[in-house]
Amino acid sequence: MDLSTYKNIFVFVEQRNGQIQNVSLELLNKARELSEKLNEQVIAILLGNQMQESAYELISYGADIVLYADSPNLADYNTEPYTQAFTQLVNTYQPSIILIGATTIGRDLGPRLSARIGTGLTADCTALEIGEDRHLMMTRPAFGGNLMATIVCKEHRPQMSTVRPGVMMKGTKDITRSGRMEKVNISFDDSKFKVKILDTVKESKNLVDITEAKILVSGGRGVGNAEGFKKLQDLANTLHAEVSSSRAMVDLGVVSHDRQVGQTGKTVRPDLYFALGISGAIQHLAGMEESDFIIAINKDKDASIFHTADLGIVGDINQIVPLLNEMLQKEMSK
Amino acid sequence: MKIIVCIKQVPDTTEIKLNPETGTMIRDGVPSIMNPDDKGGLEMALSLKDQFGAHVTVITMGPAQADQILREAFAMGVDRAIHLTDKRFAGADTLATSNAISGALRNLEYDLIITGRQAIDGDTAQVGPQIAELLDLPQVTYVEDLQFENGTFTIRKANEEGYQMVQVEAPCLITVLASANQPRYMSVNGIMTAYKKEVEVWGFEQITVDETKLGLKGSPTRVHKSFSKGVKSAGQKYEVDPQMAVEIIMDKLKEKFII
Repeated sequence: MDLSTYKNIFVFVEQRNGQIQNVSLELLNKARELSEKLNEQVIAILLGNQMQESAYELISYGADIVLYADSPNLADYNTEPYTQAFTQLVNTYQPSIILIGATTIGRDLGPRLSARIGTGLTADCTALEIGEDRHLMMTRPAFGGNLMATIVCKEHRPQMSTVRPGVMMKGTKDITRSGRMEKVNISFDDSKFKVKILDTVKESKNLVDITEAKILVSGGRGVGNAEGFKKLQDLANTLHAEVSSSRAMVDLGVVSHDRQVGQTGKTVRPDLYFALGISGAIQHLAGMEESDFIIAINKDKDASIFHTADLGIVGDINQIVPLLNEMLQKEMSK
Repeated sequence: MKIIVCIKQVPDTTEIKLNPETGTMIRDGVPSIMNPDDKGGLEMALSLKDQFGAHVTVITMGPAQADQILREAFAMGVDRAIHLTDKRFAGADTLATSNAISGALRNLEYDLIITGRQAIDGDTAQVGPQIAELLDLPQVTYVEDLQFENGTFTIRKANEEGYQMVQVEAPCLITVLASANQPRYMSVNGIMTAYKKEVEVWGFEQITVDETKLGLKGSPTRVHKSFSKGVKSAGQKYEVDPQMAVEIIMDKLKEKFII
């Protein structure tokens, strides 16, 4: 394989109902940084229907070129039409790198695409860098976050990587950036469209995105039950914060999965993270250790969360949290 | 209906502890289990067997000790078990793994292939969709529920905001979430007979695939290096009464301009 014919970085633009998802903007910023090292261009791949206006937004967040495929087949994500469209663009434009958000959509598309074009894919990367020989160095957690591995794809192109939402930082929107949009035509083989979407249901519990919160009040097994979690909710209300949790509370049915922080939940990096009754399993730490400031309260003085916390309190959350809430309310009403 | 469930033996990563001094993994004594999402997939297959008399085959790729999860599957009620093992499969990344497994599936009959969403040792969620592509099958990932009627599967597929209902005809491949169901226990009779049943051991000769696509040689990705995350220096820790604790927190919040 002649690697030198492959150039430029593709970023898959994930849209839902025509709304560009934040993770794609985060990836554009990362691609910008990588492309400057490689002296290549950032190409946003926009697949949708009636979405040409969105090209400007993609350019203002770092795209040099927006390749836009407009088709009713691409209005909503579906594996086969998206894979066909993406494959044709890869074959025509031969990118050296493809970045995809590690969402339920990206993790459906990424592996399908990698098998169709016969190249490697590294999932859920937490760091992407250009190595000395211009290869992409893709670092990801393994063994439930217990180990980090740097993966390379030296003899195949493109080098594909998925990145979870919230892991990379979105850039600043710059409406003066220049770039261009190219409309591309896709020829579809609709005999392969076998999965029919009957209905897409949004559940109201998912209205809040904990990855956007500045302060998170997060509870774990030590919270006990829904009644215990109510105390956390009260504290969160006072601080204008959101509540989140470790897996234990989700498994108990106290908290919905969209509020779960960790390896199988979301990655967050708020200004302040309260870890309340959370022991600090490595799977949980993987989702929150980049928070600016971490306050942990736990009865167990040996809990591993104290290794990660900036401020640790050994004590009973059932006593401390209501008291803290009371003091805060007094302080804030001053 | 013929169903094949792809399962994997994994270390129970929730049992892995880190050495707090060095940040390295303590692997000793970590039990091996059937990957939780795969077990959810297996339960889904067995419930189709209960409803429609489906024939259920499990297949795994891995070293000799992976035989254990195939025995567990027998004890839960599967009809047939295949163990893919060959030196030529070793060192495979996800694509080379998918090549080996799809090579075996080519020699089997199926209406439905089930994999778990992802395995807890790698969390990649790639092998299911890659197998689907290599076999030219439609895929549905993140499956929470599946109903079968007149040759058509109606599937509930989870996403970040809720779920989608989709429809697909057999044959197809789905990847299942552990939260989809509560896997059944092994039956007493099943346990008694699990070790008497035959696990078919397949190597390269039994599968249909280009040898260059297997193992380390067939893997586009390589591990360049692996390392432990290191130990973050711990902050201050206080063991004080609740009143004092609250004051310490309040001071910190003021210092950080949060209040």
